[in-house]
Amino acid sequence: MGEQLLQLLFTGLTLGSIYSIIALTLVTTFNVTGILNLAQGEFVVIGALLAVSLQGTGMPMIAVFIVSVILVAILGGLLERLTIYRARGASNLSMLIITIGLSISLRGLALLIWGTETYSLPAFSEGGSIIVGGAALNPQSIWIFALVAVTLTGLYGFFGHTFWGKAVKASVYNQTGARLQGINLNTISFLAFVAAGGLGAAAGVSIGPITMVTYDMGFMLGVKGFVAAAIGGLSNVGGAVIGGILLGILESFSSGLISSGLKDAISMIILLGVLLFRPEGIIGAIRERKI
Amino acid sequence: MLRIKNLGVYHGYVQAIRELSLEVKEGELLAVLGANGAGKSTLLGTVAGLYKPTAGEIIFKGKPITGQKPEQVVRQGISLVPEKREIFSALSVLDNLMLGAFHRYRKNKPVLMNDIQEILELFPALKGRESDQAGSLSGGLQQMLAIGRGLMSRPALLMLDEPSIGLAPLVVREIMSILVKLKKTGVTIILVEQNTKSALKVADSVLVMERGGITHSGNSVDIIADSSIQEAYLGRAR
Repeated sequence: MGEQLLQLLFTGLTLGSIYSIIALTLVTTFNVTGILNLAQGEFVVIGALLAVSLQGTGMPMIAVFIVSVILVAILGGLLERLTIYRARGASNLSMLIITIGLSISLRGLALLIWGTETYSLPAFSEGGSIIVGGAALNPQSIWIFALVAVTLTGLYGFFGHTFWGKAVKASVYNQTGARLQGINLNTISFLAFVAAGGLGAAAGVSIGPITMVTYDMGFMLGVKGFVAAAIGGLSNVGGAVIGGILLGILESFSSGLISSGLKDAISMIILLGVLLFRPEGIIGAIRERKI
Repeated sequence: MLRIKNLGVYHGYVQAIRELSLEVKEGELLAVLGANGAGKSTLLGTVAGLYKPTAGEIIFKGKPITGQKPEQVVRQGISLVPEKREIFSALSVLDNLMLGAFHRYRKNKPVLMNDIQEILELFPALKGRESDQAGSLSGGLQQMLAIGRGLMSRPALLMLDEPSIGLAPLVVREIMSILVKLKKTGVTIILVEQNTKSALKVADSVLVMERGGITHSGNSVDIIADSSIQEAYLGRAR
């Protein structure tokens, strides 16, 4: 029984880390631009699908990872210039609807290019599962944990210790003040989408070996990322990570101990609960700290 | 140095500034006085690029800057210290000052710490508070920080929107004396104030605004002497 619980915990942590990364990109874009990017899940999928194609050419996995991240980062920037930038000054609701449109278009594009097949990606490192306390830990999970750690460190380092990070932070806190110092908010929005694309792709390539990849998995990933971000209060980086891991563990335990059909329902129930009772997020204590 | 011709600005359907023309000479301190809603803040905001004019021209150092965005205007050498200060309250005092030099950061990085030292000499009250959160400062210090941040862009023209608002008389006096010091270093200053008395003490010339236009202008000595202006516009019956 103990081993089974540990196994579920490992699965939950892996799932949770995936949700965390997606939530992190959502929160960062939201903090910086005020836009909730509902196409974030699509960035993840396109990243993974690109990796499938690149890997088919015989490229080593590390190169596949880098190229895919760069390509989707460019895609993110391109889409920002073509849509968000054109609509600058529009209401946040319009922006939200634009990102829904982007999400549907990208999914359609993925369907045209990669079809409805289910693809798989090879793991980053060779070798079988590591046995810890009687439960199996997939080495790919460790890569995913590492990705979360690197992303978090990178975000904290960037926002806390670099001049450009502080400029971005300043524009989050006070747009008028930032513009008067010469900070161009359009450039910052552009960079946010570039980062969202790159990070999304990194998540996609990392989870591919575990989850399999289909053109339409982005929607559900986006929703899970959103639930994780909402648990953390939508503008809190730390909260998004905790929210993601919490969600992953809950899903894993409820599907393992009760019924696997509950997996997706659980996140919807949490989302409804959070939005109805704690719209400012469950993690209240660290709520004040944006980015 | 700054010339404005027939400026018109709307906030929605309301005309905030109508057919306003003015000229600011290099090195002078111009005070813009007037009641609430006279259009003083809109005037500064429009020069700084926060509002788009519907008519007229703004010429700075011989170049038109009409309709430019704030991030472009600040690069021309105009800095606005806005009415609500708009400091980055969750960032440190030092970061606020650094970000004031945002547009020249890449080129001037090595000298920025010297520039910050100069600002701290000008506002000694900020010394020792460099790593404090800007939001934790008192109102007076926040105002000094806002002015210091505005100076970090090395402006030729500094515009201040009601720097005395909500501050104790002693602090107001300190800020005004700093403005006089700044003027001596060659910075041209436009000071929007409701605190008529303090502003008149330091100003070289004065504009009185009402309903989006200029009703009186002249040097400060004449304006102070004109009792009709005092009574009608400056609210100080003698």
